[in-house]
Amino acid sequence: MNRTLAVGAMLAIVLALVGGSAAPIRGAEPAEIVVGSILPLTGGLATTGQGLKLAQELARDLINGRQPYPLLMAGKDGLPNLGHAKLKIIFADSQGSPDQAKTVAEQLITQDHVVALLGTYASATTATASQVAERYGIPFVNPDSSSPTLHTRGFKTFFRTTPHDATFSENLFEFMSDVLKKQKKPPVHKLAIVYENTLFGTGAADAEEAIAKRDSYDVALRLPYGANSSELQSEVQKIKAAGADVIFQSSYLNDALLFMKTYKQQSVSPQAIIAQDAGFIDPNFVKNLGKDADYIFTRDVFSLNLKAKNKAVPAINELFKARSPGGNNLDGNTARDFTAVFVLADAIDRARSTKPEEIIKALAATNIKGSDTIMPWRGIKFDEHGQNTLGNGLVEQIQNGVYETVWPFDVATKAAIWPMPPWDKR
Amino acid sequence: MDLGPLPQLVVSGILTGLLFALISVGLTLIFGVMDVVNFAHGEFLMLAMYLTFGLALVGLNPIFALPFVALAAFVLGAIVYRLLIRRLLDGPPSTVVFGTFGLLVFLQGAAQYFFTSDYRSVPNPPFQGTLHLGNVALGEAQLIAGLGALVMTALVFAFVEFTEPGRALRALSEDRVAAQLMGIDVQRMNALAFGLGTACVGAAGALLMLTYPAFPRVGTEFALTAFVVVALGGFGSVQGALLGAILVGLVEVLGGFYISPALKLIPVYALYLVVVLLRPQGLLGRR
Repeated sequence: MNRTLAVGAMLAIVLALVGGSAAPIRGAEPAEIVVGSILPLTGGLATTGQGLKLAQELARDLINGRQPYPLLMAGKDGLPNLGHAKLKIIFADSQGSPDQAKTVAEQLITQDHVVALLGTYASATTATASQVAERYGIPFVNPDSSSPTLHTRGFKTFFRTTPHDATFSENLFEFMSDVLKKQKKPPVHKLAIVYENTLFGTGAADAEEAIAKRDSYDVALRLPYGANSSELQSEVQKIKAAGADVIFQSSYLNDALLFMKTYKQQSVSPQAIIAQDAGFIDPNFVKNLGKDADYIFTRDVFSLNLKAKNKAVPAINELFKARSPGGNNLDGNTARDFTAVFVLADAIDRARSTKPEEIIKALAATNIKGSDTIMPWRGIKFDEHGQNTLGNGLVEQIQNGVYETVWPFDVATKAAIWPMPPWDKR
Repeated sequence: MDLGPLPQLVVSGILTGLLFALISVGLTLIFGVMDVVNFAHGEFLMLAMYLTFGLALVGLNPIFALPFVALAAFVLGAIVYRLLIRRLLDGPPSTVVFGTFGLLVFLQGAAQYFFTSDYRSVPNPPFQGTLHLGNVALGEAQLIAGLGALVMTALVFAFVEFTEPGRALRALSEDRVAAQLMGIDVQRMNALAFGLGTACVGAAGALLMLTYPAFPRVGTEFALTAFVVVALGGFGSVQGALLGAILVGLVEVLGGFYISPALKLIPVYALYLVVVLLRPQGLLGRR
């Protein structure tokens, strides 16, 4: 009983302090605009979810504050068209479960009367939560789920700011032909597609194969393998026998490490290995492989090198780092969630209304320049499915242990090194 | 005649199998002497890998670290036997199953807590070259790990076959009661077997660090194979474990290449099922 009291008292004090700093006392308190955000705050995805919450809170505070940053809606002291009303985000925990995501979406809409929803990271939870929003006619802004199936459900309320997996795969092929043209290298014909055989790898491989066929490449090998193998000898022998010019690879960390070691052992040296992030952008990848990680190409969604495009990137990163308990930098996930809050605030402000149908209209009319965001995108503009059509990924190459952006060329920090040198000539 | 990739596959399969052998020998030794299936066997492998990694951080090559790691594993095994396994043996047989499984969960959790789930590889690992023998490419690290495992397995075999304590171990596994009547100290021999089994997996961990990263769940990936190897070769038989492991390595690599890598474990388990159906005691096991 005593403990409950003590905890209660502490909570009250904390609330008083937080409340006190967030809502300065004024003559006429401007109204609040309440939106809901569903994130995996506990469970297996909790580390990511907590980071996303911090990113959304940072965006909210920049929108509600007066400090100007070269970002759309930042430093305007709330939403100017709505009497400088403050944006308020109510966070709800999806626990990473589609059922729970559905339940909390319902609660946010019916009990908290939110005017819009944000979330939810995992594609599976976004699928269910956005279904509830569609039923109630509440706009749903999805910053960070990449399954290509999400925007093709004929929803009127669903808006996705991030590019999806098919776009990312398309980017990898664009990068390849761009780089070969620019460096006047002979065109590539033979491809091998290597992937772990669950949803992620299979989806990526399907997208890659479709593009390869359309662009008349020769897919010499399509190789699914079981994740978390204790050895990859037969896999690598098959790849070696196929003799492809370029390997497209989708692997989680464990397999990515073992593949690289086995490639080296068996002297497998294609012109390039092009990866779909995952294991290849994990901080452990370079840490474990050292210089053997060099020359790998991988897609990514964000890079701190983007300051060339928007000067705000380093400053925003510092703000985020200061709030992050682990002192983490902004990454592809947090940067996308940060950005989506601005997109939603901009739409509500242009709608000059908190009516969901007006906000949906405003979202549909969104037209934000890439340079007004911290993302590498050309901009944000939704098609009739609510998918952002101006989004793109980045291609990075590990050079001397550092992820250097090599594509698109206008944000590149280094030129791509193509082909990768054979293992015995490094 | 061009054999294509066949020689390469055979060599890779054998080298892979040799490492499986060293892990399995420890398991089979423990089972043979005290009838205990140690579910935490893979976790001892994981701990040995972390220890090797730690020694590498202070500049010790995994090959030179091997004796220390094996010794430390021996001591750890003997301690675990004294503190835990000995007590479990007093209960019904299922106590040991749950007890060692609990140890698995505990050790994985502890590793996750203390070492985090990050992957750790030996920095600037030695033996990174590749030898080319005709068409066959051999990673130096893979070769050394394989040969090291073969030597260690041979040493264990020699110990069990030709030394006095080894004879006592065999006596225990043949007839517990008779061995006790002959004056063999069961508790000491059990501790020796458990320590020796753990030392094997410790040595395997040191060798594995040449080619594989350490992380809290790493043991599970190898332990499952070791269980198949032990059942295939015959519970309690060192030679059986060696034979079984090489068979598993070969079938896995060849099956993966000629059927499909995604299905590479199917021929392994098919072989296992056939052997257990026709020879339930395993290839070299006694009834």
